[in-house]
Amino acid sequence: MTPYQFKPKSRWREFLGEKFIAVNAFAALIAILLIFVFIFKEATPIFTSSEVQKEASLNKMTFKQQFQPNKPAKWSWQPNSDLPKYSLWPLFLGTVKAAIIAMLFAAPLAIGAAIYSAEFASKRMREIIKPVIELLAGIPSVVLGFFALIVLATFLQDVFGLTYRLNILNAGIALGLAIIPIIFTVAEDAMNSVPTSLRDAARALGANPWQVSFTMVLPAALPGIAAGIVLGFGRAIGETMIVLMASGNAAIVSASFIDSARTLSATIAAELAEVVFGSAHYNVLFFIGTVLFLFTFLVNLGGELVLQRLKIRFQGKLS
Amino acid sequence: MRRLLAEAFLILALSQAALAGQITVKGSDTMVRLCQRLAEEYMKGHKQTVIQVSGGGSSSGIAALINGATRVCASSRLLTDAEIRIAATKGVKVHQLVVALDGIAIYLHKNNPIVDLTLGQLRDIYTDRITNWKDLGGPDQPIILYGRENNSGTYTYFQKQILGGEDYAERCEPLPGTASVVHAVAHDVNGIGYGGIAWATTIRYAGIKVNDSAQAVLPSAANVSDRSYPISRELYLFLNGEPTGETKEFIDWVLSSTGEKIVVESGFVPVRAQ
Repeated sequence: MTPYQFKPKSRWREFLGEKFIAVNAFAALIAILLIFVFIFKEATPIFTSSEVQKEASLNKMTFKQQFQPNKPAKWSWQPNSDLPKYSLWPLFLGTVKAAIIAMLFAAPLAIGAAIYSAEFASKRMREIIKPVIELLAGIPSVVLGFFALIVLATFLQDVFGLTYRLNILNAGIALGLAIIPIIFTVAEDAMNSVPTSLRDAARALGANPWQVSFTMVLPAALPGIAAGIVLGFGRAIGETMIVLMASGNAAIVSASFIDSARTLSATIAAELAEVVFGSAHYNVLFFIGTVLFLFTFLVNLGGELVLQRLKIRFQGKLS
Repeated sequence: MRRLLAEAFLILALSQAALAGQITVKGSDTMVRLCQRLAEEYMKGHKQTVIQVSGGGSSSGIAALINGATRVCASSRLLTDAEIRIAATKGVKVHQLVVALDGIAIYLHKNNPIVDLTLGQLRDIYTDRITNWKDLGGPDQPIILYGRENNSGTYTYFQKQILGGEDYAERCEPLPGTASVVHAVAHDVNGIGYGGIAWATTIRYAGIKVNDSAQAVLPSAANVSDRSYPISRELYLFLNGEPTGETKEFIDWVLSSTGEKIVVESGFVPVRAQ
């Protein structure tokens, strides 16, 4: 018996296996494409049907509207009204405000933790910190939302004496908990992928660990950290359950961060189940879906591109 | 093998039977508890029938009825003109039954010194014309508004009857169910909310006056059934056409005195109260 025996039988199995995997890969791709096509298709009457445009045109969804003769024009989201009002600004503003709070809360914590874990922590410490923070990503968002609704809201109201129990601050902090692991993971990987040669060079020139981290590694990993922030932002924009439960859901246009707010995603979740098929309201909700899809798609694409460039830079494939 | 086949047939036949005896009831969140109790009691006496009850709001129930996704729709409001039109185009002939009466209570925190409100004040509060309790003789504190999501029949009813069709104040926080409204008001001294009368243990009801000179009436079964409580409404079951077979049996049972007893136990007021 020779140690190697060519078995032609296994060839067709490999062939089939390979094709099967390829089909799976394309199935996911096609599914995403079809989902987008479906969502966009349901939103098209806003552009094509004059009957829908009477209630909800791009103009009406974007600009201030005057609904009563002697009242100032305003942005208003009141879809179930004698005169339905479909301004998207209150929702868009709510989404962005919640995401900003989430970023302000999560980014410093996540980046700080990433620097510590990648640069200063002992090996044993890192093996505790890293999995525990990444475990946060496994908490279902409905649990985080529930926590914000019952515990965090009361805590914040007692500490800061807030007028509204459920508000953007509350929702933003809960959202922040959800995106800390995203920023942490990407930022930590970025810092770890800074080549050892760079560190060695800095050390050889007499830099202490602090100088190595902050003047060498951190600037080199900055694009990766930025990518982490962008990906986290994308998640914060699209996250639904937490804001639905914790933000109070009142569609207000205001600059305040302690008011209640209604986000794009929460609006779809709260209203799509009841809406009459084919009504203007239905089309508007799908339009919101399209906007949300494009928005998070672009944000995530930006994040991925930055990551890609970072990899190329450190692997020295391009200058 | 033959036995296996026979068993498969048996299972198939059984599942067919189960399917035939299944009645779905979907709609109003206000009526969910009532419908669940009705279904449970009915199924105790009719083992072959399975009744599935789900909420989601009157609008979702009506949409489901029109789309053929449910056999019975529970609703706390009548169909809108748009819904009647869509039902007609889909060939759905909506059959309407009143199963109970319900008062809409105004919830206040237990420590709120305000005792009663007029219908006018209520409208001004929810349309942002009155924003501070001191304007009603209370402490100098902002009024925090709680309401229902816009898929709720209560939302629509309150908007029509109390706000006269005007929009709710934008800062009114929409909540997903009556229980959430009760919970929110119970935890907010400055809060005000609205919902069914079957819910209160942790909050206080405001007495309602038709106008300044009228007497305040509290939401109670007696006051709703004699129509002295000003914010009351009918609760409906909608069907596609006249009920037949099992559905008819169930509906007849709901409207019988046994059904009415459950209506009372669920905190609503039966139609034939007097």
